[in-house]
Amino acid sequence: MNDAADLVARALGAIASSADLATLDAVRVHWLGKKGELTAALKSLGALPEAERRAAGQGINAAKARVQSALEARRIELERRKVDQELIAGRIDVTLPGRGEELGGLHPVTRARLRIETLFARAGFDLAVGPEIEDDFHNFEALNIPENHPARALHDTFYFPDGRLLRTHTSPVQIRSMLARGAPLAVIAPGRVYRCDHDLTHSPMFHQLEGLVVGENVSFANLKAALHGFLGAFFERDLAMRLRPSYFPFTEPSAEVDMSCIFCAGSGCRTCKHTGWLEIAGCGMVHPNVLRASGVDAERYTGYAFGAGIDRLAMLRYGVNDLRLFFDNDLRFLRQFRAF
Amino acid sequence: MKLSYAWLKEWVDVPWDARELGSRLTMAGFELEGMVTNAHDCILELNVTPNRGDVMSVLGFAREVAALSGKPLTGPARRSVADQLSDTFPMQVEAPAECPTFCGRVIRGVDNQALTPAWMTARLQSAEVRSVSPIVDVTNYVLLELGQPMHAYDLSMLSGAICVRRAHPAERLQLLDARTVDLSADMLVIADRDAAVGLAGIMGGARTAVATGTRDVFLEVAYFAPAAIQGRARRLGLQTDASQHYERGVDPTLQPRAMERASALLIEIAGGRAGPVTQLHSSLHQPKRAAVGLRRTRLARLLGTSIEPAAVKAALGALQMTVQEVSTGWEVTPPPHRFDITIEEDLIEEVARMVGFDAIPERAGEAVLRFPELPRAQPTEVAALEIMSARGYHEAITYAFVDPQLQRRLFPERASLALANPIASDLSAMRVSLWPGLLRAAAENQRRQQDRIRLTEHGVCFAVADGDVLEVDTVSAIACGERLPEQWGVPRRERAPVDFFDVKADLEMLLASTGAPDAFTFEAGQLSCLHPGRATRVLREARPIGWIGELHPEIVRELDFTYPPVLFELAFYDALRVDPAPYIEVSRFPMVRRDLAIVVDENVPLSALRERVILSASSLLRQCRVFDVYRGPGLETGTKSIALGLIFQDFSRTLTDEDVDQNVASIVAGLRVSLNAKIRE
Repeated sequence: MNDAADLVARALGAIASSADLATLDAVRVHWLGKKGELTAALKSLGALPEAERRAAGQGINAAKARVQSALEARRIELERRKVDQELIAGRIDVTLPGRGEELGGLHPVTRARLRIETLFARAGFDLAVGPEIEDDFHNFEALNIPENHPARALHDTFYFPDGRLLRTHTSPVQIRSMLARGAPLAVIAPGRVYRCDHDLTHSPMFHQLEGLVVGENVSFANLKAALHGFLGAFFERDLAMRLRPSYFPFTEPSAEVDMSCIFCAGSGCRTCKHTGWLEIAGCGMVHPNVLRASGVDAERYTGYAFGAGIDRLAMLRYGVNDLRLFFDNDLRFLRQFRAF
Repeated sequence: MKLSYAWLKEWVDVPWDARELGSRLTMAGFELEGMVTNAHDCILELNVTPNRGDVMSVLGFAREVAALSGKPLTGPARRSVADQLSDTFPMQVEAPAECPTFCGRVIRGVDNQALTPAWMTARLQSAEVRSVSPIVDVTNYVLLELGQPMHAYDLSMLSGAICVRRAHPAERLQLLDARTVDLSADMLVIADRDAAVGLAGIMGGARTAVATGTRDVFLEVAYFAPAAIQGRARRLGLQTDASQHYERGVDPTLQPRAMERASALLIEIAGGRAGPVTQLHSSLHQPKRAAVGLRRTRLARLLGTSIEPAAVKAALGALQMTVQEVSTGWEVTPPPHRFDITIEEDLIEEVARMVGFDAIPERAGEAVLRFPELPRAQPTEVAALEIMSARGYHEAITYAFVDPQLQRRLFPERASLALANPIASDLSAMRVSLWPGLLRAAAENQRRQQDRIRLTEHGVCFAVADGDVLEVDTVSAIACGERLPEQWGVPRRERAPVDFFDVKADLEMLLASTGAPDAFTFEAGQLSCLHPGRATRVLREARPIGWIGELHPEIVRELDFTYPPVLFELAFYDALRVDPAPYIEVSRFPMVRRDLAIVVDENVPLSALRERVILSASSLLRQCRVFDVYRGPGLETGTKSIALGLIFQDFSRTLTDEDVDQNVASIVAGLRVSLNAKIRE
């Protein structure tokens, strides 16, 4: 029996001192392999007298079991250590930046426009488009702005030699939509428009949002609700809104739309010229002449229309104070609008 | 328009201070745009919309304030100047439709060197009108006060008779401001026996103008129909206070009153004796204010709220309208000065304006449950822009008019449309491509030390074909500078300027979003602005839909680019129309890959090779990838080796070596026969 105890002690010693998996495997072979010391001890049992053989066998088997479990425990430990070492060796500086291309971005005016389109689409408006080169009929005549009308002087129109023109507003899309679809309808038409005017607050090309709703019972009260709802949703806050009487040849009644200044909440600041209000859109009830020019029964149907500057909405939303920056396409400017 | 608070007070007892007045008028449709206060007065700058010519005077604003406040309209005492002379000057109106009312009066013995009193010059100044002489100052004063333009002639300069007529062909007139204008037959003039002496309703002539020495004057006060004046001044590049008033409409009953007011003021300041007023009046052509019906139901329907009948009547009455009740509502006759009230809606606006737009509630429209069309084939702008954005591009928005010189340099073969009145000569041609704008934007960015440029744009181009203009929705991109942003992760030796294939990958991303990448082919082509060896036309099912290429080296130098830009341009809808191949089930059987290195002549494009491979293989060939292109040692000069990865797979069984070998043999034979290709061992 002393023999077995001695074998176990020596085997456990060898296992404990194995520093890696290869050494441990050699130790396993030395003790438990076909020619291993414990295997040999087991084989030598046959030489013992019958009476001792049983007890000695039990002793050696117990010894073998102990060695086996020690081997297994050591193997697990060594494997774990090996993984730990790999992990340590494989450590990287996770604060280094990623490899490859950087993110570009959409133009802030496009972002504002997409936001507008999404909001109106959810409210049930269809998207309508029209050409940028227009004729006199769609840009003026059908909109109740006949030749020599004083309002034409306000439009600073770009003309082509053949009399066609660059649309001065998106309102021609009203005419085109009604002619194409008839009543009832609810559309918005965002798009580029042109006026030959270039200074601090004017760009010869800019973006407008047109809205048009025609139905049997469309009212000024509906117009107010739609505009107020849109402005609140676009700017994500409760805003005060007021309508001031104004004049557009294609609406009657007509109104300018003011919203409470988003920079000072109406208390007065430089942006709102200390009035507390920002002028944000023009609107009104579609003039019966416009409905008639578009083939809509002006007695049966009423409608409202509105127009707002997308660039201005974008300027307010992003806090940009110079319209011209939008068309400079300076990467240092554009990079700031990557977030959707 | 500039409005003196003190002057207004003379006409109506304004119950508000100037600030409150400004905000009341703003909410009544006359936006306050500025306010200047001095020791004696407060000047309000108010915006008057073009439909309200009747408000462009102290009297006009007084009427509005009276209506808004309920205070009576007062104004200075009206008095007529007694006729002190019997002198008249012959007058004649040949165009009564254009000039229904024409009043004239002779005043003799005026001292035009007298000093205009300070109170009057101060008021003129408040409206930014310079004091000139008593005669001119008085006419200006009456215009500001009553909104009635008038003109004074030096009587000694008039010959024969005064006549209102249309201009003769080729007639010319030297105006007060010394400019000589060519008149056309649709213009109205005031003429004496010799020639035109004034452009009716716009500006007087130089020959008969009053001067410091003028002693005898002929005063003219006329009503000209708006249609006779509108547009003429603008056509001549003129804009005068008189033309603004006449274009918008002057009260057609105001002339005798204005004549008396002016005569009284002039005699008070500069002396003189007045003759009787001669009035030529054509009642046939006098504008009539027709009664306009206003229905209660229409009012409520258009505004979306009902307004008390009493309030409607009060609102319109306050505006000097004659209101008569009828069974459906009201019959309303507007006063003579209101040119803008002709239909029911005009009245509804006036009612709404008087009760206040704020009094109309907000009411959500009726929702209609309806599903709009959502065509799968239609590419979305946002998807394209987001792909480009993920590839590092920033969206630009450039002007639709570009420098014609640059555009011709880039596209000498394309006709373009030119603006008749551009803001600048380098912004005068409508773009036929987005490239002129993008190149300019890229060059500007390079100038700002932005050396790595990726810009994309989506917008309309204007193609001219057979005299017609086609608006083509277009998406383009420009890339220039380093291939990747400067970073630690790319070894220095691998850094290089962006090239054709980098940008082609970006383009292919867009094309892949159609779901039909195999529909696109690239056909080497020549576009004069692109490098002849690094440009290709992009086709979709054999139809040209765009271009990609490196900018021509000459243009790179001309535009001073440090690195040659690579550009592409696609017709948005044709190129990006979504048309995915039908879904097919994924095979459960393993793929087999064979690699082949094929040596061909340098001139053989990959597209030819690929086409031959596909033709020679059976349907088991799933993919043919290019994983290397090699030239150099081990190859004859003028040849290249293209390494293809061929992937085979069946849907119903596992492929045997034999299946694949057969295919490869057939491919090799095909390439050998048709392209003289060799297999590189």
